[in-house]
Formats: sequence, structure tokens, C-alpha cells
Amino acid sequence: MSMQTVKFRIYRYDPDKDAKPYMQDISVEVDPSTERKLLDALVKLKVVDESLSFRRSCREGVCGSDAMNINGKNGLACITDIDTLKQPIEVRPLPGLPVIRDLIVDMTQFFKQYHSIKPYVINDTPAPDRERLQSQEDRKELDGLYECILCACCSTSCPSFWWNPDKFVGPAGLLAAYRFIADTRDTATNERLDNLEDPYRLFRCHTIMNCVDVCPKELNPTKAIGKIKELMLKRVA
Amino acid sequence: MAIPVRKFDAVIVGAGGAGLRAALQLSEAGLKTAVLSKVFPTRSHTVAAQGGVSASLGNSEPDHWHWHMYDTVKGSDWLGDQDAIEFMCREAPNVVVELEHFGMPFDRNADGSIYQRPFGGHMSNFGEKPVRRACAAADRTGHAMLHALYQRNVRANTQFFVEWMALDLVRDAEGNVQGVVAMEMETSEIYVFQAKATLFATGGAGRIFASSTNAFINTGDGLGMAARAGIPLEDMEFWQFHPTGVAGAGVLITEGVRGEGGILRNAQGERFMERYAPNAKDLASRDVVSRAMVTEINEGRGCGPNKDHVLLDITHLDPEVIMSKLPGIREISIKFAGVDPIKAPIPVVPTCHYQMGGIPTNYKGEVVVDGNTVQGFYAAGEVACASVHGANRLGTNSLLDLLVFGKSSGNSMIDYIKAAPKDLPELHTADVERSVARVERLNTQKNGSNVHEARSAMQRTMQAHCGVFRFKDMLAQGVEKILEVEKLVKTTEIADKSKTFNTARIEALELENLIEVAKATMISANARTESRGAHVRDDAADTPENPNGRDDQNWLKHTLWHRDGNRLDYKPVNLKPLTVETIALKTRSY
Repeated sequence: MSMQTVKFRIYRYDPDKDAKPYMQDISVEVDPSTERKLLDALVKLKVVDESLSFRRSCREGVCGSDAMNINGKNGLACITDIDTLKQPIEVRPLPGLPVIRDLIVDMTQFFKQYHSIKPYVINDTPAPDRERLQSQEDRKELDGLYECILCACCSTSCPSFWWNPDKFVGPAGLLAAYRFIADTRDTATNERLDNLEDPYRLFRCHTIMNCVDVCPKELNPTKAIGKIKELMLKRVA
Repeated sequence: MAIPVRKFDAVIVGAGGAGLRAALQLSEAGLKTAVLSKVFPTRSHTVAAQGGVSASLGNSEPDHWHWHMYDTVKGSDWLGDQDAIEFMCREAPNVVVELEHFGMPFDRNADGSIYQRPFGGHMSNFGEKPVRRACAAADRTGHAMLHALYQRNVRANTQFFVEWMALDLVRDAEGNVQGVVAMEMETSEIYVFQAKATLFATGGAGRIFASSTNAFINTGDGLGMAARAGIPLEDMEFWQFHPTGVAGAGVLITEGVRGEGGILRNAQGERFMERYAPNAKDLASRDVVSRAMVTEINEGRGCGPNKDHVLLDITHLDPEVIMSKLPGIREISIKFAGVDPIKAPIPVVPTCHYQMGGIPTNYKGEVVVDGNTVQGFYAAGEVACASVHGANRLGTNSLLDLLVFGKSSGNSMIDYIKAAPKDLPELHTADVERSVARVERLNTQKNGSNVHEARSAMQRTMQAHCGVFRFKDMLAQGVEKILEVEKLVKTTEIADKSKTFNTARIEALELENLIEVAKATMISANARTESRGAHVRDDAADTPENPNGRDDQNWLKHTLWHRDGNRLDYKPVNLKPLTVETIALKTRSY
């Protein structure tokens, strides 16, 4: 097999020893027949330089750990093909969140917004002995919503979230909000709309659509946000 | 040494399906509970489960928990404990309906009930023909389930310690469990989490093998901690090789693909499972299908330029079915195999997937050693061995295991905590000191071994010496080799001494857990001189007295590996169910 060199420019910062962040130029040899993904190359880089720090787990795009900014665009390292990327590959932490170390960001604010929309089915009617019935059409309404992996690619690509991460729920949180509004088993639509009726929480979305562009699961938060806005208007009328 | 101590009613290590289900019981009972996880809960490996969770709801055709029980006992090759299996199969409809009430977005039938698909080894009427028992959310059942359980825990205000790695179990002089030592990954600070009851729900350890469907985080932390604390590990020779990992990448392709009508083909295009399992064919149990695939490859009927895989064909299915029921598989296939399964078959190969063994427990989630429960210690999910999977697990029984035993261990902990004295006893510090010394050794090691090299040596050894087919001589050599690797692990050195999110240190600590699992596996496998379920060896011949090489006379018993001296002992299989008659020993065929 012939090995292939992959060149990187990687954001590095360890508060224990670095006065400030810097970009490190480094390259690594990969076997293109088996090491095709960006994560494969990063894992190999870590063998060369064990101090390189990043999160990773499932390596198949379902756990949402390895979101990062890759050549200027947010994505998951584990499902990004190396050969689609211009080299040197510039890898940075997700934008807009505090950096803990290297590519590891502090996601507290992101999860706080997710939690703020009450991300669970609310239904105070007594549970039946069997499953609550839901028609196939009603269940279909949840497709494109429930698949979110909370990687934060969307929210950290959104200028409105950059400016107001404490006030604007952000695309991931709003997608989740609509996932529960759209669920026929949830009885709290009004309460959920009240929770979002605010100049910032929902209405800071200016349909820039970066979220749609970067979502590694090809979901559409902008569309979900639009549906919430429609419901708000209907409620007034 | 002044290690800070945090006090709780209960501490749960691991926030996958089992940990979250247990946490829910405890939080809703109003107990002060800490849930520790190396990753944010929804990143736990339950998220990667695809095909379904089994329950005899009978939504599409008649089904019964007793049939489910029969299939599970047969699937286990009679090594499963029949009391625990009965408990799990009886509870299944309840816990699945409960999950639906929690908000799980199950697919639906036309009448609005939960959609169910067929799965390997699940049959109606005591083994007659495949039955629709796997409750599914497309092919993302684990993701949907993990998120639903996390969300329900948000509602219940469960207290999470995210990105905390548990290092060691703390036991007092009598062996009662007092909690764990844990490290905050962001700061490298070490704390003791003292509690009346401690649950391990740390998942599996597939990363002992070079090729695995498992996530990077599946490093057997609970098994390593238990072994270091003197708890034996049960049936560790039994590892499931999933028939359909993407060739080269190892990523999982659910058995649900075959449930929806997918067919395995060799280089001649032959549906070879008809020869190995004339009745169940492609839906025989996983050990049977994996062996058939490896036999086809070994006999020269593999596909591709290197004849090293077979093909999973769904090109005959309606593209609509693929798009609605198997969208995640299509995505994985395109991304990792470069193949759109609507147009061309997926290259697949058996890949290490699941550990049937683990920390010995009963069906209440209590850890049991020498016939006695270890006070204050519980385990559930893949880390535990109840034992419901015996020598081979049926697909969809793992998600069920998480729900049933997560819940039952949570309930056992509630009872135990309520009966315990109000104040926590004095902390016994010997284990705490040992744990701190372990981290300190790593911080000061000089001229040591390299973590990556030691881990690779372990993974290569396990892959070559303890795979789908096992050989007497290779196993014996494997034991020698793994004990050599252990010496490397004892002297690992890291150059990165940073206190901030030091993943090099985390990986070195994880390797200390993996090596315990590797030793337990190799040594237990070397000793078991029969073939049963997933453990099949060349010197256990198929004879009229021992069909398929299974030797019930000598080996109908559970292995217990003790870290101290690598000692093995054995305990009988519980063949007595709770309420029904024993499912009698029989030759296994599909």
C-alpha cells in the first residue's frame, strides 16, 4: 500500500502552558485505503503528538462528539472524507464557544439553551396500559427533527447565536422545541410557544441558514423555526 | 493526601441506556443521585444501536413472552440463567410501553401501534418461524432511546457529572462498596464519590479487539475497576462477532436490514445461509451467521479482489422501504463503503460487537460473588452478566437488557438505600490511596512503554488469537502474549502532563482497564475446551455425544475469572426459571 501525506494547520491551546493560542503546521502519513476520514488522520496525529486534544467516540456520525471547524466550515471529523478537503487542512474548535483546550470547547451554553426548551414530552393525562397510539402520518411529522445528535455544528455556525448565546435559543434548541410541538403525544404546545415568545429566544433567527448548510445529519432547523413562527402567528389570529 | 469527598445516596457510573434508566428510578424516588459519565450522556454508545428493542407486544402477529424466553435460552446455547431470562422477557412489554410514554419516537403500524420487525433468532411458537418482535424507530432505535431517556432525566432533574471518569471502586474492610474515586477530565482533579449504593453501567469493552463496531469510549472501565477491587468477571470468553460490520471500516450495519428482507451472498451470488440454517436462513442467530460467513471466506468464496468479505444485498427491496425503514444504513453505507445500497450490495464482514460476560449479577442487578451479594454494589447493561445472553446474545435483547435491568437495579438500590442507616459510614481509604497512586505512577513514570504501542499489541493479539473461530494452540500462545502486553501496560509513560483535559492520560488509564478485560477473555477462552455459542474451537469436535462440540457434561457452567493470580473457578447455570418449567437442553439448529 502506498501511504499518503496529509498536511494540517491546527489550532492549539493548552492554558497550562500556552500564553495564547497558535496555529500548528503538522503533517501525518495515512493509508488511503483504510484511513479515509478526517478523524482517522487526527487519531494518527495524536500518535505522533499525544498532546493534541479533541473529543471523539462513535466514529460513525451518531454521537456528535467530534464537531469542529474544518477549512472554515463546521462538520464532524468522522464523516468528512480527507480527499474532499483542500490542504493544508485548517482545523479549529467550533466558533463562538470558550475553548478549554485545542479543539475541545466548553458546551455549557449550548446545552443550557437545549434544556431551556423543556426537551421532553409533556403529557399530564394518565398513561394508558399500552402505548399511546400515533398515526403513521403524525409520526412522520417527527422525521427530520428527532435525529439531531446535539453536535452543535448548527448553533455555533449561527451569527445570531454568536452574538446572543445567552438569549437566543439557537437552531439546535429550536429544532428540539419544534420536535416536541410536532409530537401529537405532547399536550404543552401553548406553554412551549409562551416559552419562546420573546424578542431573542426565537425571533433572533434571521434565516441566514448556516445551520442548514452545516448540519451533518442534513436536518433543517430553519424550516422548524419557520413552523414555530407560523404557529405563533396563528395563535394571535 | 486530602482527596475531597462528595456524598450521595447513590452514584451511577455510566450514562448510557442502563445508567439513565436506573437514574430515572432513583431521581423520581427523590434520592440524591450522581451520574458520572466520560461523555455527555447522549454520546454514550447506546446511541449507535440500530435495529430495535425486543418485546412480545404482538402488534403485527401473535407473540408471547414465553416464546421470547425460549428463543433467548436457545440463543444463549443454554448458558443463560433461566430465572433472569424469564424476568427479562416478561418485563419486556412493560418497559417498552413505558419508553413509549417517555416520548420514544417509535415507528408505527397503520393502527397507530408500535412498529415491529423480524430479527435474528426471534421466532414464534417455540422456534417455529421468524416473528415480528423488534420494536423500532427506523434504524436509529438506540439513538431515539438514549435521547428519550436523557430527556426524561432532564425532566426528573437528575444530577449529571459530565466528563468525569471513574477510576476505582472503594470497598471497606468487609468488602462492602462505598462508592468510587473519579477524575474530572477538564481539570484532572480527583474526588471520592461516596454513596450508600453504587451502580456500574459502564458498557462494553470491544476496544480490546483491533476491529470492532464499538466506540472509542468502550474501554471496559467498569470491568477493570471491578477486577482491581477483587470482583471476579463471569463468562468473558463469550464475545459476539456481529455478522455485518462494513468491510474495512468496522461500522455496524443492523441485522434489521436482514429483518426487512436483506440477503447475504457469496462471490457466486449464492444465498449461502440456506445451506447453514435451512429454516431461519439469514435470520439465524448471530454466532451462526458469522461462522457461516467466515467459512465461505475461508473456502475461497469471499468477494472483492482479496476475497475477504461477503455481500449484504437489499437491491431487491422497494427503495421506499429502504428510505423509510433503513435511512441510517443507507447513509452509513454511502459514507463508509462508498455504496448506495439501493443500487449495489454492501461489503460486510463479521466484526467484534458485544461482550456477553461481565460483572456477575442476579436479575435484581445485585452483584453476586460466591453466592452472596456484595453490599452496596450493582451492575446493569453490557458491563453486567445477569446472565441473560449466555454464550450468544440475540439481536435487540441488548437494548431490552438496558431497560429491564437498569430499572430493576434502580429499584433494588432504592430499597437498599431506604433500609440503610441515614448517615454514611466512615470512608475506608485504602482503595482511595491505591487509586491515587495509580494516577501518580503514570505522572512520574520514566523510561516507560508507549500507550499506543501497548494498546495496538493487545488489539492485534486479541484479533489474531481469539476471533470467530478459535484454535487450541493459538489460544495458549495468546495467553502468553497478553501477559507480555500486560507488562507494557504496567509501565506506560505519557509525555503530556497537562492538567487541562488531558486525553493522553485518559487513554493510558483506559488501557489499564482494557488489559484486565483482555486477560479475562483470553484466559477464560483458553480454559473452556468445548464449543458453545460464540466460543467455537477446533479441538471441540462435533460428535453424537457433543453435538456442535457442546459438552454439557463438563461445561454447562459459568466461568469466573479472578484477577488475583488469573485464577478460574466455575458456578452452575441456573436452569430453573421463576414460574415456568425449565427449557430443556437441546441441540441448537436454526
